[in-house]
Amino acid sequence: MDKGVEAAARVPADAGAERKRRVHGMLKLYYGLNEEGKAADQPESLDPCDINGPHFDPEVYLNKLRRECSLGELMDQESCMVKQIRSLDSDMQTLVYENYNKFISATDTIRKMKNDFKKMEDEMDCLSANMAAITEFSACISGTLQDQHTQITKLSGVHTLLRKLQFLFELPARLNKCLELQAYAQAVSSHRRARCVLQQYSHLPSFKGIQDDCHAIMDKLAQELRQKFRDGGSSAKDLSECVELLLQLDEPAEELCDKFLSHARSRLEMDLQGLEAEIRPFPSTPVESEAPGGPARKPSSAVAAGSPTDNSPKTSALPSPSSKTDILEFIDRGCNEFVSSLCLVITSYQELFINHAQTGELASKNIPQMANGKLHAFVDDLAARYFSLVERRMQEEKGVGDNSLLVRALDRFHRRLQAVAKLLPGSSVPNQGTEIVIRAATERVKQYLAALQSFYMDSLTDVRQALAAPRLAVAGASVAAGGALLGGPASGRDAPTSLPELLSSLSASILNQIKSVLASVHLFTAKDITFSNKPYFKGEFCSQGVRESLVVSFIKFVCQSSRQFCESAGDKGGSTPPALLLLLSRLCLDYETSTISYILTLTDEQFLVQHHSPVTAVTTLCAEAREAAQKLLNHYVKVQGLIISQMLRKSVETRDWVNTIEPRNVRAVMKRVVEDTTSIDVQVGLLYEEGVRKAHSSDSSKRTFSVYSSSRQQARYAASYTPSAPMDTNLLSNIHKLFSERIDIFSSVEFNKVSVMTGIIKISLKTFLECVRLRTFGRYGLQQIQVDCHYLQMYLWRFVSDENLVHFLLDEIVGSTAHRCLDPAPMEQSVIEVICERG
Amino acid sequence: MEDDAPVIYGLEFQARALTAQTAETDAIRFLVGTQSLKFDNQIHIIDFDDENNIINKNVLLHQAGEIWHIGASPADKAVLTTCYNKSEFSLYPSDSRVVSCAAVWRMPSDWETGSHESPDDSAHNPQTLELLCHLDNSAHGNAACVLWEPMGDGKRVISLADNHALLWDLQESSTQATVSSTATLEGKGQLKFTSGKWSPHHNCSQLATANDTAIRGWDLRTMSQIYCIENAHGQLVRDLDFNPNRQYYLASCGDDCKVKFWDVRNVQEPVKTLEEHSHWVWSVRYNHSHDQLVLTASSDSRLILSNMVSISSEPFGHLVDDEELSEGEDNHQEDKGKEPLTDSVVSTYEEHEDSVYAAEWSSADPWLFASLSYDGRLVINRVPRALKYRILL
Repeated sequence: MDKGVEAAARVPADAGAERKRRVHGMLKLYYGLNEEGKAADQPESLDPCDINGPHFDPEVYLNKLRRECSLGELMDQESCMVKQIRSLDSDMQTLVYENYNKFISATDTIRKMKNDFKKMEDEMDCLSANMAAITEFSACISGTLQDQHTQITKLSGVHTLLRKLQFLFELPARLNKCLELQAYAQAVSSHRRARCVLQQYSHLPSFKGIQDDCHAIMDKLAQELRQKFRDGGSSAKDLSECVELLLQLDEPAEELCDKFLSHARSRLEMDLQGLEAEIRPFPSTPVESEAPGGPARKPSSAVAAGSPTDNSPKTSALPSPSSKTDILEFIDRGCNEFVSSLCLVITSYQELFINHAQTGELASKNIPQMANGKLHAFVDDLAARYFSLVERRMQEEKGVGDNSLLVRALDRFHRRLQAVAKLLPGSSVPNQGTEIVIRAATERVKQYLAALQSFYMDSLTDVRQALAAPRLAVAGASVAAGGALLGGPASGRDAPTSLPELLSSLSASILNQIKSVLASVHLFTAKDITFSNKPYFKGEFCSQGVRESLVVSFIKFVCQSSRQFCESAGDKGGSTPPALLLLLSRLCLDYETSTISYILTLTDEQFLVQHHSPVTAVTTLCAEAREAAQKLLNHYVKVQGLIISQMLRKSVETRDWVNTIEPRNVRAVMKRVVEDTTSIDVQVGLLYEEGVRKAHSSDSSKRTFSVYSSSRQQARYAASYTPSAPMDTNLLSNIHKLFSERIDIFSSVEFNKVSVMTGIIKISLKTFLECVRLRTFGRYGLQQIQVDCHYLQMYLWRFVSDENLVHFLLDEIVGSTAHRCLDPAPMEQSVIEVICERG
Repeated sequence: MEDDAPVIYGLEFQARALTAQTAETDAIRFLVGTQSLKFDNQIHIIDFDDENNIINKNVLLHQAGEIWHIGASPADKAVLTTCYNKSEFSLYPSDSRVVSCAAVWRMPSDWETGSHESPDDSAHNPQTLELLCHLDNSAHGNAACVLWEPMGDGKRVISLADNHALLWDLQESSTQATVSSTATLEGKGQLKFTSGKWSPHHNCSQLATANDTAIRGWDLRTMSQIYCIENAHGQLVRDLDFNPNRQYYLASCGDDCKVKFWDVRNVQEPVKTLEEHSHWVWSVRYNHSHDQLVLTASSDSRLILSNMVSISSEPFGHLVDDEELSEGEDNHQEDKGKEPLTDSVVSTYEEHEDSVYAAEWSSADPWLFASLSYDGRLVINRVPRALKYRILL
């Protein structure tokens, strides 16, 4: 019909398909239909000027046109519109025609349908009449056959009964035959089928006889089965079949369980002994004597166990104590032999006693629970022994060489235990296994800590040697020679190395070592390791184990051992070379400023440490490192100061100052002091920054000792000669007040060169002062001290932060000397200068 | 609690020697010996009037030479010993000589009365010490110090001269001194006693001496060494003192800025070490009655009073008699609950401007002490009241 319409539509539509579609579209629009249910793609235009829109307002449109368009355009618009109206009119006419045509053809069709239906009604009436006749016939037939059917049913019932009876009568013979053929399963099933009937009719003599016969036979059969079971020489499959049959024969299940487990136990113990033999460095006879005849029986039993039997050759070749297997091999063997056998035993046991029993009629007797309990005890017992072996083996694992081996071994160990866990839910075995893994991991972390510590100490020994071997090139000129980076602690000591190089190589090698240890430890938490997703390894191991007891402990150890250098070597100061103190102090300071936070960040990143428990903060560690650095540096100052002090003291104490000759030279010891101070300055300068010094006058070096050499000194001498002496002390204290801060001699220094040098010089000069006060001087003694002090003044000011300090102390020295002088006639300043400049 | 301000007294000369007048138990009195190469040296007798906070001084002339060490007799108030340097100065430089000598002196009997009449004159017309006898040591070298027998009758002294320890008997009211026995320190190099202390324990039969870094104990009956603490200090040992109540305890100080406490039965390790000073420690003194109070003087110009409770004979802050010991222990438990006493620095005294070479407790008032710095400043201080009451109550 549609086609008809289309055909009709095509007649006037000469203008082509395009036009036709448009016309259709307009019609649809008119009737409010959307094109084939498509969602209206454009929202309806609300524009009153849209001539095609529903909200078209001619008035507005016209106004708009008039407003916007020129006359020419209006004319064009008008003619265009006239053209469009005309074409719309003709479209309308065409459509009206098409509709009329369709209506005519529809009327025709309806008329034709009315005729056809009348014929069909007659045929249906005829069909229903026929069906009624058929029903009647069928009822008649079934009525005739009824009787015969009941008869047949009865007969067939009798037949079955007869067959059953025959089966009963033949049963003893059949059972006997089965017994002969060892078809135990068939025998048992036959007997079971008959048993109830026999039981029920046992009051009839004939049945009674049969029953007795059967019983006798079945007893024999059970006997045979038990024998077979006891021999243990049967394969696992046979064995399980055996057990199954025995269960069906109402054997006590408990006894069977015990027997089964004891069989399994003897086999598993064999495996354990094999493992134990590997642990012991010298597997001795007791192993064999524990299980008499064990080795002899082993091959057969192993084969019979049906386990992956590659173990039998291995175990027989066990007395080879020299080649100790590594941990992975050991665990492998444990897994392959013991754990897999155990799994096998568990599976078959569960198959036999638990799953089977649950389905069968035995379930009522609480057998599953009983069997399950026995199994758990059995597994726990054996697993405990296995674990103790594994732990013993783990404890032997002392070397820290290749951690991956241990991790893989532990992983395998843990993975295999998961199988047990799956088989035996609720068992404590996997948990214990995890605990072992945890213990091994913590143990390993401890070993790493120890290794790190010994590495550190070794490194220090090497540094010490490097410092001792060639006289350290203080000038640092030979740095180029030592340019080769020292690979590690095994640094050659032949190359003269400079302090900064030693420091950088030391800290680099320590850092590398830490990194490699972290990498090794990281294996424990690798994604592909089964135990890495245990909560312990996710949390506590990372935070407590690695971060705290490894990294933090090591850093603490470094600080602590550094402090020990200050304490143990404290008194004589001789045992630790000062350069080492300086180097360690710098190391600790570097740790404080950067290394510690770097290491800890590295650790936290690698291990994604989530701090559930409180951990040591970076700041505390830094504070500790700083304290250590401070202590070391103070100690360095003290040691160096004492060395110089010692020279000065000896020089003052051993000389007869009363009878000395007129000074012509600066004493050699003063030159030595200046030299040593200079070399210390260079040494410290290699590791520490310059630091700030108080501004000093540019002509410092030329500064005369005006303070004491002329006016004030005279004043002081004069004061001490006059009886009204209190002035003297007043003057002294006034001078002191000029330097109002007290000079702490052995005080803390700052981390820079100037401060360190100031500390050393303070100690030296104060010693000088105290020694001078203990002596008595002649005239020339005083003059010699004047010369010496001037010389020191010329050279030492440049090292200290505040040159006034040097002035003050030297001033004190000369002043005290003057006091201790029998004939205080000071030397002319110009003469002193001449002598000093002559050197 | 406010404490009394320190009392300061200035001497005209430099000084190192200070002692309490040991035999005087009523007045607070200290003796100071001066060091001057040019002028007559003096012994200043410093009387401290506790109630009025006033110092009275009397000066006696000590013309023999500058005083390096001074010791007061424990029996006779008027008798004292000095070690002094006698310089024989000549214009020819090579002939000049400095000799250290030791002598026993008696103060003139009327020094006290004279001073009261004309205190202003005392400085100008001082009386002179009366020489009792020389401890003639020309055979043994320079005297470093003279030690009176503690709590003795003033008849026995020990002088340390170079490497000899000489035990003298004073006879005829100390006008005659004879060497009764000697001990000699032998070893490599030039050994020299720097200081010593006569132990008040064991019936005064023991002596401790310091030389270089070692401390040695001597038995005076046999004059033989009984113990030796090698390397007691990293540097020179400057001074020693015996705990007055615990016979095996000994304090020492030295150039390593440390004060160490020793149990001489175990000389390997010190019992305790203090490191409070920032320069050499020249003197260490136990309080005579309360041995937890230890005074140390140092060339950092500081004087430090420490409360060494843990190694004192009355560790609970109580005076515990032997009979009350059990009760005392009970008290101890309570005390501990109240305020745990720890070793601590009680106070640091900074009145000195120069090195403090000597410090002494008063023999009359256990809560009072004096310290002397090189510039001649004598400072008298008291134990802080809070501590005093805590110890007493």
